[in-house]
Amino acid sequence: MARITVRGITKKFGELDILKGIDLDIPDGEFLTLVGPSGCGKSTTLRIIAGLESQTSGDVLIDDRLVNALRPSRRDLAMVFQSYALYPHLNVWQNLATPLKLRDLNFWERLPLLGALVPGRAQKTKAIGEIVRETAETLKIEPLLDRKPGQLSGGQRQRVALGRAMVRQPAAFLMDEPLSNLDAGLRVHMRAELAELHRTLAATFIYVTHDQAEALTMSDRMAVMMDGEILQIGPPDDVYEDPQDIRVAEFIGSPKINILPGSGDSAGGVECLDARLARRLRTPVDGNVSIGIRPEHLELRSKKANGNFEGLLVHAENLGSDVFLHVTLMGGEHRIVVRASPQEAHDLSVGDTVWVGRERGRAMAFGTNGQRLPLVSKQRSRKVA
Amino acid sequence: MMKHSRWFGEFGKHAVLLIGAIVVILPFYLMLSFSFKSPAEIQSISGGFFGSQELMTDRRCIKEGRSVEECSMRPVVYNYTAAFSEAPLLRYLLNGVIVTVSIFLIQVVIALPCAYALAKLRFWGRDVVFGLVIFCLLIPVHAIALPLYLMLAKVGLTNTYAALVIPWTISVFGIFLMRQFFKTVPDDLIDAARMDGMSEFGIVWKVMLPTAIPALLAFAIFSVVAHWNDYFWPRVVITGDRDLMTPPLGLRMFRSDLDGNEYGPMMAAATVIVAPLVVAFLLAQRRFIEGITLTGMK
Repeated sequence: MARITVRGITKKFGELDILKGIDLDIPDGEFLTLVGPSGCGKSTTLRIIAGLESQTSGDVLIDDRLVNALRPSRRDLAMVFQSYALYPHLNVWQNLATPLKLRDLNFWERLPLLGALVPGRAQKTKAIGEIVRETAETLKIEPLLDRKPGQLSGGQRQRVALGRAMVRQPAAFLMDEPLSNLDAGLRVHMRAELAELHRTLAATFIYVTHDQAEALTMSDRMAVMMDGEILQIGPPDDVYEDPQDIRVAEFIGSPKINILPGSGDSAGGVECLDARLARRLRTPVDGNVSIGIRPEHLELRSKKANGNFEGLLVHAENLGSDVFLHVTLMGGEHRIVVRASPQEAHDLSVGDTVWVGRERGRAMAFGTNGQRLPLVSKQRSRKVA
Repeated sequence: MMKHSRWFGEFGKHAVLLIGAIVVILPFYLMLSFSFKSPAEIQSISGGFFGSQELMTDRRCIKEGRSVEECSMRPVVYNYTAAFSEAPLLRYLLNGVIVTVSIFLIQVVIALPCAYALAKLRFWGRDVVFGLVIFCLLIPVHAIALPLYLMLAKVGLTNTYAALVIPWTISVFGIFLMRQFFKTVPDDLIDAARMDGMSEFGIVWKVMLPTAIPALLAFAIFSVVAHWNDYFWPRVVITGDRDLMTPPLGLRMFRSDLDGNEYGPMMAAATVIVAPLVVAFLLAQRRFIEGITLTGMK
């Protein structure tokens, strides 16, 4: 069990800056997710923590011990790979036993035939067998112990890969997109199982994914990475509700947040298309701003009213519990997604004119540089004034 | 009409293939057939594949003063006993095994770590080294035979097993072949092994070697066939000692020992020399397919 600290990690490949100063402090037992689009440096960060890749500058500490110069195996971390990376020539039992054999048996004891002659080896092998059996039991893979990885399904391989990471009882688990190779149904199922496993083991998990849904559902905290930087780190709720950067707002949430152009005036008022926001910017911006509104904060209105958007329904995505309506505004210049209940959407058909209203106090404003601009209600701003 | 022209096309294809097959198989067929027949049948080209297998008398046996009854035997028996008795054929075969096996084992010991480093490790000058490997592929053996011989002679290694083995221990072809195969092994597998605590050499022998069995078998076929059949190099470095001769060299000696028309025993010896390769190939072929199905990575 360990606390992992990453300080000012940078990584360059030639002239290319892959990581531009990553700082993380992961307390013991936390499930931290690094999430971001492909190529954002999240896997590189994980590999640097693991010791598989060396950083250009910066430090990695495990339990306040500097491990920069330590080989991967000496860091006492376990990693689960996207491709599972099971030894194809060994059966499941041997796959699970390999990390233990490498740790607990010395060179002579590992020799194929001579090893059996070394005193004390039998006990060690027995202990290893015991651990392998227990792990297999936990993961419910006992019936598969004699099979080779080639004879397993994706989900089964995933479990074996988890088991191979678990047997050593490492200080922390590093997972590099472990669910990406599974089919959709199994992925959702494994999400729950991984979160449960984290609770049972109470170990530190660092989980890398490009799937924002995985990050939202499983983690204690999530760090959104883009272009080699951490844009925001915090509990999933905070990141979703209160994104500090327009890129975070756009990356987290499915369907994507609606971004509409707006403009601010010197008094702090904000106008979005032809609607005016009730709240004002804490620091007035005189010029262009972007307004973000999540689909669930928009609703269908039956008639035209002040502050409503009028638009044309171009597409409806029925998910059963919700219907996502794609609506074009201003004659097709802007497109937004609105969440509606199936009852509301029932009578609509593509081509209809619809009115979309906003839930009060939900819109977010972003500056031209992507930074979040705080909005405050009028009364409060008056008080401040 | 259509049916006719298609039939014609099929016929043409098969005819060409058949002719090709005959060209390839005929010498082999004759070798096998001659090894069964009596000298008379060989000379008159009669008796079909197996010959009539009528009793024949061994002239040399008669010369040694034994009775005709003692000296008469079936041609096939005569040919094969002569092959083993007239020359130390077993010794040649043993030499062949010693030489090819040691060459192959040392080649693997050297080529696998090299190939691993060239395929999976990042180090300064890697591409230059790999360029040199490719370059060495272009050098014909015969071009460097003389300097090699002189060097071996200087250190007094001619007429030893070492002379037969040492020049072949570093196989650039092996390095190249294995490197290409290792390129296809996912990096994750190597990283997983590193996380498990395996050393780099451990990775080569315990992870890369087992996954590379199909490629290694392909290389084994090339290596063993080339060195089992090699006539040129043993001829250069083995000058006197018959105990060190490899099968092809032995066959050559065999021919010069017997009178010119003793084709039967000679072809019997040739058959015996070829047989291990054929058997080994048939066995390897099965393992080959197993090996490919073994790598269930994705």
